[in-house]
Amino acid sequence: MLNLSKNHKNLVLTSFWGYLILSSFVSIIPAIQMQNVKPLPGQKDLTTEERDGLATFVSEDCMACHTQQVRNIEMDKMWGSRPSIPSDYYYTKKRQDIWRQSPSFLGSERTGPDLTSIGTRQPSDDWHLLHLYNPRLVVKESVMPAYKWLFEEKDSTKITSKDLVLKVPAEQLKNKGSKVVATQKALNLVAFLKSLKQPELPGAAPEFIPAKPKPVTAQAGGGAAGASALPDGDKLFMNTCAVCHQADGKGLPGAFPPLAGSSVVTDDNYRKQASIIILGYDARPEYSAMPPFGDQLSDEEVAAIMNHERTSWGNNSKTVTAEEVKAVRDSIKSK
Amino acid sequence: MKRTVIQSILLLIPFAGTAQFKTISTDNWASSPGVIGTLILILIVALVAVVIMSAKISGYAESLRAKQLLKRNKAFDDEIINLEEEDIDRILEERKAALKYKLSGKELSGDDTAVDDKGLVYKATNHPDNQILFAEKVSHEFTLQVSSELKKIVTYYIGASVFWLLFGTFIGEYLGLKLVYPELDSQSFLAFGRLRPVHTNTVFWGWASLAMLGLAQFVVARTSHRELYSNKLARVAWILINASLIIGNLCLMSGINNGGAEYREYIWPVFGLFLAGLIITFYNFYMTVAHRKISEIYISNWYILAALIWTTILVSIGYLPFYQNGLGETVIQGYYMHQGVGMWFMTFTLGLIYYYLPSAVNKPIYSYSLGVLAFWTQMLFYTMIGTHHFIFSPLPWWLQTVAIVFSMGMFIPVTAGTTNFLMTMRGSWSQITRSYVLPFFMVGIIFYWVGSAQGSFQAFRFTNYVWHFTDFNVAHSHMTMYGIICFILWGAIYFIIPKMTGVQPKQIWVGAHFWLAFVGLFIYMTSLMTGGTLKGLSWIEGNPFIESVVLMREYWVWRAVGGSLMFTSHCIFAYNFYVMVKSKKAVTAAESERVIVTA
Repeated sequence: MLNLSKNHKNLVLTSFWGYLILSSFVSIIPAIQMQNVKPLPGQKDLTTEERDGLATFVSEDCMACHTQQVRNIEMDKMWGSRPSIPSDYYYTKKRQDIWRQSPSFLGSERTGPDLTSIGTRQPSDDWHLLHLYNPRLVVKESVMPAYKWLFEEKDSTKITSKDLVLKVPAEQLKNKGSKVVATQKALNLVAFLKSLKQPELPGAAPEFIPAKPKPVTAQAGGGAAGASALPDGDKLFMNTCAVCHQADGKGLPGAFPPLAGSSVVTDDNYRKQASIIILGYDARPEYSAMPPFGDQLSDEEVAAIMNHERTSWGNNSKTVTAEEVKAVRDSIKSK
Repeated sequence: MKRTVIQSILLLIPFAGTAQFKTISTDNWASSPGVIGTLILILIVALVAVVIMSAKISGYAESLRAKQLLKRNKAFDDEIINLEEEDIDRILEERKAALKYKLSGKELSGDDTAVDDKGLVYKATNHPDNQILFAEKVSHEFTLQVSSELKKIVTYYIGASVFWLLFGTFIGEYLGLKLVYPELDSQSFLAFGRLRPVHTNTVFWGWASLAMLGLAQFVVARTSHRELYSNKLARVAWILINASLIIGNLCLMSGINNGGAEYREYIWPVFGLFLAGLIITFYNFYMTVAHRKISEIYISNWYILAALIWTTILVSIGYLPFYQNGLGETVIQGYYMHQGVGMWFMTFTLGLIYYYLPSAVNKPIYSYSLGVLAFWTQMLFYTMIGTHHFIFSPLPWWLQTVAIVFSMGMFIPVTAGTTNFLMTMRGSWSQITRSYVLPFFMVGIIFYWVGSAQGSFQAFRFTNYVWHFTDFNVAHSHMTMYGIICFILWGAIYFIIPKMTGVQPKQIWVGAHFWLAFVGLFIYMTSLMTGGTLKGLSWIEGNPFIESVVLMREYWVWRAVGGSLMFTSHCIFAYNFYVMVKSKKAVTAAESERVIVTA
């Protein structure tokens, strides 16, 4: 009929149409469906600065190492409070301009952390800028490139009030008399990163597919009342706090205060420490402001982190319970 | 026999249905033996397949031989029965005389004593393992009659591809080192994010594509029994593709990319040049085939023409803007990046194998029908599986499931192809000891099965859970793009160039290329697979993310070691290529040198 092995025209046409039809079924049609979604109520469009930051993010191809998708599996819970849905990308994944298409944000490799909710996880400008200038200043083991071309080294005398000066340790600078100043590009990039948050979902969020139901260890100590097991404070500290305060609790001079030997942490009165974690803190001009973590962390988690801080790096003060943290949180709310 | 092969391959279809998992089994996630077991399983499966295949082949060959012997004996019997009596007596007398005859030993030399300064006659023996003669690795000596125009075109294409291979893998090597030493430099245009697409695009569109196109110019002309339709069009396409590569890489390094979508990082005006090159090549090939001097279209041309059509559609779909906002882009990305590999590199390379493998073993292809079956199933199954790069993503669940099911379906074209190639090679295994062309093909074909099977397994939700987003992906892509495509291309290049130029590279250097590339790839693959698995397990455990970075360090070091071996082998390959094309006849020597220097 078609005589494909002898009729080149039929052979070419059959493979053309066959492939085109299969392709439209598996790519064009679902793609059209996927772009016809609405934004969530309350989801905000990017500002001009944030959009400019997005352009830098794309131009440096940050997607090569950072994903932006919370998959619907348990292990991705650390990157967001719910699995990502198509509407989440309504504003960020638009065609950039006539030359460049919608950024490929979902990514295929997680050499670095997922950035879906980096704005929630790390709201500190100072941290982001330091991290971009040299990631190893804040995360010793990082393999991320240092984006030094987004910063300028300026002579101290030429700094104006408009310049945002980075708290870079002096030994990192070639010229002792100079300071590192963030360019507008860097500031916009940080603005974009900080805008990355999971918008609130009205109604029930899709659920994570659970994995490895942890075998419920029969309450240690015969299930003594009140001794409810807290989550792993070490892990939580590493995930949430260590990027600033560092794994060794020593902080970063000039940017993030030490916790080892800190009077706030070693004080047997836990209230100040708990409220700083919940509310944030910006009382000391020599250090960066600390963002609030009350929304991200449960009482159990806050207590676990506090206990880790209270018993590590030579600290040795009284531990707290989730109930005590809850009391602090309640008293804050009632104010 | 052939029918049973085809039937048994078709039997795999229901097997593909088992791929659908509704939920994830949550047992034993963290126990690495389970995951590592999957790894070992893949290797065992590959090994078993090879063992069975060899047993089958030798069994089949044995039965063939027995059949032939029987036929010969019968023919002999018939002949004897039909003989006249005096004929029988005459034959008997002749035989008796022949048996009595003995050589005097002086038939050739007469009665003089031999002058034997070197002691050759003294050492000579009737034993086959004569120590004086060395069994050296050589391949066929004769050269093909190829028009100088075509020879030049093939040389230019492959010459440019060699340059891009060196450039692209040098960048890859540098990137590998950056993961170990992140402070290697702080130049914007050398940053990891900007260089990574330079590496991938260069080895894809520069090295592999140009090498494939170069090899195909010869195949299409040869199997159509005529010259290329237009040599000029071939040259124009060469210029367009190389221009696209040069401009594209400069754009990427200066921070201009197409939204960072993998393998379509070149912005459209730049990749448009490449596409124009493809369309021109398609027209040229199509017209050559249309004016062929035989009635059948050789199976290679099916694959080659289809790869060009499919890739033209693919690139158009990949770059057209109408459906690419939001996650529309992601759907297209899954489709594009997988079909880029499947419809372009794999389909095209299969076409090349269907010509170069039978030529190299000097035999017809085992089964034309298997080739046709593999062709259509390639189109059907490969097209559907792109979304398996986005398992558990916000893309529609049904689309993910389709991708997983059809990934299993890939066993059909892959097994059909592999069977066909191995059956073509049967009986020629001894050639492996004599030349490196066949080992290159052999490794490529084995990786075709193993790499594809591994890819199908990786598409399962189960394995994806552990391996997705880790360095395991990088291992898989090198296993296939390098293990399959590069080895086949090298085999074909080492086969055809000496035939055109009449110059063989030194076998020891071809061997060095082969073993460095093979061992390098093996180290590269296993280190990243192990590291990737541990990384996935660390994530599942819920450990702090930075731990997964720290644990990768030693595997990244090993990857750099493997990568260095691979890169060294490419330098040797470039040298071998230079030796092959640097012909003593002045004209081509000057040209081919220029290709290497300026391409």
